[in-house]
Amino acid sequence: MSLIEIRELSKRYTGDAGCVEALRQVDLNLEEGTFLGVLGPSGSGKSTLLTLLGGLCHPTSGKICIDGIDLYELPGEKLADFRREYVGFVFQSFNLVPYLTALENVMVPLAVRALPSREKRTRAEAALDAVGLGHRCKHLPNQLSGGEQERVAIARALVNDPPLLLADEPTGSLDTETSHEIMGVLSALHAAGQTIVMVTHNRENLDYFDRAIQLRDGRIVEDRHGRSRRLQAQG
Amino acid sequence: MRLETITLSNLRRRKGRLIFLVAGLLLGVGTVVTLLSLSRALTAEAQHKLENFGANILLTPRSDNLSLSYGGIALGGVTVETEDIRQDDLALIRTIPNSRNVAVVAPKTLGAVQLNGKRVLLMGVDPSQEFALKRWWQVEGRPLSADDELVVGSSAARNLGLSIGDKVSLRGEPFTVSGILKQTGSQDDHLVLASLPVAQGLLGKPGRLSLVEVSALCSDCPVEDMVHQISSVLPDVEVHAIQQVVKTRMHALEEFRRFSLTVAAVVLLVGGMVVFVTMMGAVKERTREIGIFRAIGYRRSHIMRLILGESIIVSVFSGVLGYLGGMTVTWAALPFLSEETSHASHGETVSHWLWWHPELAAGAVILAVVIGCLASFYPALHASRMDPSEALRTL
Repeated sequence: MSLIEIRELSKRYTGDAGCVEALRQVDLNLEEGTFLGVLGPSGSGKSTLLTLLGGLCHPTSGKICIDGIDLYELPGEKLADFRREYVGFVFQSFNLVPYLTALENVMVPLAVRALPSREKRTRAEAALDAVGLGHRCKHLPNQLSGGEQERVAIARALVNDPPLLLADEPTGSLDTETSHEIMGVLSALHAAGQTIVMVTHNRENLDYFDRAIQLRDGRIVEDRHGRSRRLQAQG
Repeated sequence: MRLETITLSNLRRRKGRLIFLVAGLLLGVGTVVTLLSLSRALTAEAQHKLENFGANILLTPRSDNLSLSYGGIALGGVTVETEDIRQDDLALIRTIPNSRNVAVVAPKTLGAVQLNGKRVLLMGVDPSQEFALKRWWQVEGRPLSADDELVVGSSAARNLGLSIGDKVSLRGEPFTVSGILKQTGSQDDHLVLASLPVAQGLLGKPGRLSLVEVSALCSDCPVEDMVHQISSVLPDVEVHAIQQVVKTRMHALEEFRRFSLTVAAVVLLVGGMVVFVTMMGAVKERTREIGIFRAIGYRRSHIMRLILGESIIVSVFSGVLGYLGGMTVTWAALPFLSEETSHASHGETVSHWLWWHPELAAGAVILAVVIGCLASFYPALHASRMDPSEALRTL
């Protein structure tokens, strides 16, 4: 059974400059445990797709079902609950809360859950250990390197044990070596069965994906299963 | 970790904004506390005077004629005979609805007598009531304590050549001068005081009274009401309120209280605006964070709790500081505003009127929280309604 089913998904932005069709009639199925790479030039609709998958904004038309739940049929604040329970976000610019320590940042998603304090702490420590940062738990974000901050962000995304991890250019602001480190962490998670959808510009990351789609002008123009460098060659 | 942990961490980090928020609310709440406590202290002082410095209701026999006297000077030949007040009727004063406000009832019987060959005004009084009423009376020697004793006013003693311990005769009855009233500057200086039953006997007016002075505690009842109530139980008696001075003072205090409330409202409005603008700025500044919180599954109510929680913590802190600050300012300002300042050293008599009301403290904190929450409500609502994708787009 597919974890994600996308049917005729369209998103149009209306602004002062007129209408922009960010996504046009996109169809996609994604099996559980897939590491999907979303590639494409700027303005192709990659981030819009990720935003819609994460339930952060409503599509103009079409629907998305995740784990059998029609996302945009959820009433009121249920969509927020869905994000908390089903989705983990990793952002390009880390987006850690600057006045909280690494451990507290990882615990942020747990702050609104009715769990004993001890369990929240244990879970957050385990998530930090999983990304190799257990020893930096008391440091503030500005005391961590870019790669460490990104790993804290990944730990935060995973602390609720979500079925789906969404990553928006997680290596976009990192040097090559650190990028490989982060991709190594994501690969390890994938190997452990985590479903990941990652938007990237970096074609070197193609080696890590077991499926990759290429977007252009809001449409999927290529969908490749299996690890391949063909998309990289196509640019 | 709970939402409050995030709120407290944020406050600790943004100390500058915290100080600005506290200052805005503290100024407003402190002003309200200062003005209210000053108003209360000055009103309490005025009421104390009302209650302790003489009669404020006067009962005289009813007469159809106008009084032709002023400032103690009576025009001769116009006095008409009036029927005295019956002493037994005084008990009726204790039956009026506001009888608990009646502090002192001081009956008097007046009449002229010959003493040492001169005509003097004899006043029979109930010593316990009279001396409770006229606390400014100072007696050289001993106040009235026996039926054969007299207390003489200072002018009368001088004119009659009397001193303490002198034996005198009034209508054939022997009396001892037990005390001499120190000069009061009033008509009391010309009196000879005797106990009420003795004076009534000497003047041939048993059970009859010439006038009655009443002191009513009017902190919670208008003196006009008391006058009306006494008039209804004593229809044959003229009842007057003596209240010009106190009323003027109370009126001034009422004006001050209204002025205080107006100023306080304006200052509170300004304080509220400071909080509003600061919180709106904070929300704008925290758009990034709010976007993250929403993206990772925080509900709108969670965002509201984050912003309002911050506001409540700041407000409680400001309320407590505002109360302490306001009371301190009152303590410092009271000596300059109190009428007792001229004869009171700082912090003694004046601070007597400064009470550390727990309800005012609670009120200050509640007021701060209400203003803080009202001013933060829109910013919190604005933050909670922020579209997470829009907020993240600003990243």
